[in-house]
Amino acid sequence: MYNFDFVKPSTVDEAVAALADEDAQALGGGQTLIPTLKQRLAMPSKLVSLKGIEGLDKIFVDRGGNLVIGAAATHAQVAATTDYPALASLAARIGDPAVRNRGTIGGSLANNDPSACYPAGALGSGATIVTNGRSIEADDFFEGLFETALEEGEIITEVRFPIPEKACYMKFIQPASRFPLTAVFVAKFADGVRVAVTGASNDGVFRWSDAEAALNTTFDAGSISELSVDADDMISDIHGSSEYRAHLVKVMTARAVKAAL
Amino acid sequence: MPKDSGIGASSKRREDVRFLTGKGKYTADISVKDQTFAAFARSSVAHGRINSIDIAAAEAMPGVLAVLTGEDFAEVGGNPAGWLITSRDGEPMKEPKRSPLAIGKVRHVGDAYAAVIAETAAQARDAVEALDADIEELDAIVDMSEAIENSDNLVHDEIGTNLCYDWGWIEDNKAAVDAAFESAPHVTSLELVNNRLSPNAMEPRVSIGDYDASTGDYTLHTTSQNPHVTRLLIGAFVMGIPENKLTVIAPDVGGGFGSKIYHYGEEAVVLAASKKINRPVKWVCDRSEAFVTDAHGRDHVTKIELATDKEGNFLAVRTETQANMGAYLSNFATVTPTFLHGTLMAGPYKTPHVYVNVKAVFTNTVPVDAYRGAGRPEATYSLERVIDKCARELGIDQLEIRRKNFIQPDQFPYTTPVALVYDTGDYDATLDKVAEIGDLAGFAARREASEAKGKLRGLGISTWIEACGIAPSALVGQLGARVGLFDAATVRVNATGSLAVMTGAHSHGQGHETVFAQVVAEKLGIAEEQIEIVHGDTSKIPFGMGSYGSRSLAVCGSAIVRATEKIIAKATKIAAHMMEADAADVVFENGNFTVAGTDKSKSFGDVALCAYVPHNFPHEELEPGLEESAFYDPANFTYPAGAYACEVEVDPDTGEVDVVGFAAADDFGNVINPMVVNGQVHGGVGQGIGQALMECVVHDGNGQPLTGSYMDYAMPRANDVPSYVVDHSCQTPCTHNPLGVKGCGEAGAIGSPPAVVNAVIDALQSGGINVTHVDMPVSPSRVWNAIQAAK
Repeated sequence: MYNFDFVKPSTVDEAVAALADEDAQALGGGQTLIPTLKQRLAMPSKLVSLKGIEGLDKIFVDRGGNLVIGAAATHAQVAATTDYPALASLAARIGDPAVRNRGTIGGSLANNDPSACYPAGALGSGATIVTNGRSIEADDFFEGLFETALEEGEIITEVRFPIPEKACYMKFIQPASRFPLTAVFVAKFADGVRVAVTGASNDGVFRWSDAEAALNTTFDAGSISELSVDADDMISDIHGSSEYRAHLVKVMTARAVKAAL
Repeated sequence: MPKDSGIGASSKRREDVRFLTGKGKYTADISVKDQTFAAFARSSVAHGRINSIDIAAAEAMPGVLAVLTGEDFAEVGGNPAGWLITSRDGEPMKEPKRSPLAIGKVRHVGDAYAAVIAETAAQARDAVEALDADIEELDAIVDMSEAIENSDNLVHDEIGTNLCYDWGWIEDNKAAVDAAFESAPHVTSLELVNNRLSPNAMEPRVSIGDYDASTGDYTLHTTSQNPHVTRLLIGAFVMGIPENKLTVIAPDVGGGFGSKIYHYGEEAVVLAASKKINRPVKWVCDRSEAFVTDAHGRDHVTKIELATDKEGNFLAVRTETQANMGAYLSNFATVTPTFLHGTLMAGPYKTPHVYVNVKAVFTNTVPVDAYRGAGRPEATYSLERVIDKCARELGIDQLEIRRKNFIQPDQFPYTTPVALVYDTGDYDATLDKVAEIGDLAGFAARREASEAKGKLRGLGISTWIEACGIAPSALVGQLGARVGLFDAATVRVNATGSLAVMTGAHSHGQGHETVFAQVVAEKLGIAEEQIEIVHGDTSKIPFGMGSYGSRSLAVCGSAIVRATEKIIAKATKIAAHMMEADAADVVFENGNFTVAGTDKSKSFGDVALCAYVPHNFPHEELEPGLEESAFYDPANFTYPAGAYACEVEVDPDTGEVDVVGFAAADDFGNVINPMVVNGQVHGGVGQGIGQALMECVVHDGNGQPLTGSYMDYAMPRANDVPSYVVDHSCQTPCTHNPLGVKGCGEAGAIGSPPAVVNAVIDALQSGGINVTHVDMPVSPSRVWNAIQAAK
């Protein structure tokens, strides 16, 4: 890696101030950023660690019944929670123990890797991403490959998850990276079903609205049996064609619905 | 009762204490006083002309001590191929010079064209980025068929072709083989790819060059499976350093699988650079570099045909293979697809006619060389896959078709049509055993249970044989080898009766320190703890050709036995003198010398002490001391064989394959340490499952590697493999080495890939999906694609 300055502020305000410097970069758990730096693929002037901010890793259920997860909470911390089992299960299957003990929900969402797990959990749950300045609905947050609604220097502070009646995250892994080759988060709320897909699309995480409509009618795997997924915008690489990924979207959705029942 | 020490005991691996507690001493752990660091500039294009390299800016960078380019090596020799292959037309293979740093052209992504030496590793790396190289990208040669046909675009312009050799084995067989196919009632044909693998040793390569100007001595600390071979290659071929001035030390080595047999250019560069700056130079390969510089394995494209009668009796086998050499000839690249592959194409079967054709091809890819199994997995895969397909076509049971074609126990020694002489074996015995331990009788019920879950279950069989214990020097010399393949050992008895055994074989994880000690302990009747195994340092060991080709025990172990026998012979004479008896009357048993018919006795320790404090010693007959060396050159290859049964579940909705059962019944001859053998089989089968289902190096059309990290190169993990059922109780001891051992290191990687793929085909067929072949790695997407195509 190249040389950089390192600061570890103790408040969000200090962190925001530190990030105002040109080429400063926020550092969560570092599970993507540090390997990138090691390969000399990034050259930030300064890393601003968000691990020293007290309370940024808190996890609690608020009065509205939302599961609130601090941005600096690790995957392991979320995996240990019991309020939202499908989300805990998602967190428990990210990477390996070392990754789960370092990686954070805020880092994962801000990075918005098209094959990451958390974007599906957040979008599928209709979560609210709270930053130092505002609240952003998940539907407005993810803007394509590694792109989010975050402004320069804006820091995620917490994520609020409404807890659904039923939910399941069904993941089909890419054999090398163990990231999702295609994974689907299905959540059934009193006011409707949300289906979020990660790993499959060239545009990153997305909602499969046809399936949502079908499942709103009847929440049963059979409801989507006649649907098909357009392969045009799907990722195609050495691990699977776009047609294969489109097929997996449907298989994983059906399995998620079945398992959520 | 199992033994608790010596031959046949599952002695705990003594080396694991340091390996498992982080105390292993690897090359990267070594720091030499005043050491500097090397970093390499590597090509980002697969094929390019080096117009110029401006080193001025790099030289001016902080901490930089030297910059070397190919021009610095223009006068030294090339890294040679260890084996000369002769083409069908009698012409020798094409052998382009391989310089430690590229000269004129770069020929694969990762090809090093310059090296920077600096005070720190980071400074060296910074300075590499400051190098200004004008490299003009040329069209990359990636596909082997195109490489052969296209004589305009050459990896090596000076040899005028991309074809290294066109080899036939045996050319005199060809007419009879072709005739057998002409008249055969049934011919099964299969085209298949043996996928290119990255070796992925846990420890990346490391080299430290240390030149002492005051003595002219060079020392190379390096990650090597065979330090003497490395010394020979550097000294005699590349750098012209006399052997008395070059010491090669390979301490603990963290895996190799073949990739650390070879001499690599980085080793020559750190030595040359150390002389240039008069300070030690250290280079530590990172994982990204390893992916594009460690010699890859396999990469064959094969058409195999099997001629049979209607009953499934094999009449003839014919193969055509393209073998990828990559951009340069790595040391054993040329022999792997030929004498380690073509000679195995008879398998354990009495097929009367066999002909093998191999075309070796240069491409703009990372060099390919021997990798665990080396040629024999490729042969076994082709043969066991085409037999599986043939059995389906003829409606014959998979076990039955093999049984009716096995060479029978009373036929040994058996000369195959591809020129090997199998000394012993019992192939029905291992097939019976695998049927028993794999509970093949219960398969139908297990299939039913899988189907009830919506899964397709398949059973795949593979009956494999290999030639290892490499190799009789005179024979391989006739076949083109440029080295002998004996091994050597010195047994040094210390004055108080403890021992040091210096071995030419060098462990890179196999457990030599434990197993060799067991052999010597057994022969001398002393405790294993009294024996120290010394290896990996050319200044400490007599000589050695190293560890590969499942040869350590069969060849070096035999040298150890011979040296130990010499010790016993001399000690018997000393004991006779001490007991005032005739040596012919002295019996050595359980560590004691006794005189038959008397109560006279001397322990081994007493005799050792006498040899070093020779007050009462037969000086007129013997020299003092007790140390003997032996060189052992095997009379033949050894021929381990076995039968594997793999069970898979296939998810027809996703194409995912789950290996749910794997049984291995092997005949390794005599077994020294059953636990170590189990470990070798487990590891080998794991690697074979990795090849069958997951691993593959992929280059795009421009020669860019698409699998340059673990994000895209799929390595098997513990949860990708089942709990194995392993047996090696079927033993037909090797007839020509003193331990009767055959070698077990590569077996699992040789026998398992076809068992896995055969099982996948069986599963799909059981679901009425008519898929006859899926190329490795049989990934979920490939299985799904095959299912769609069959619809």
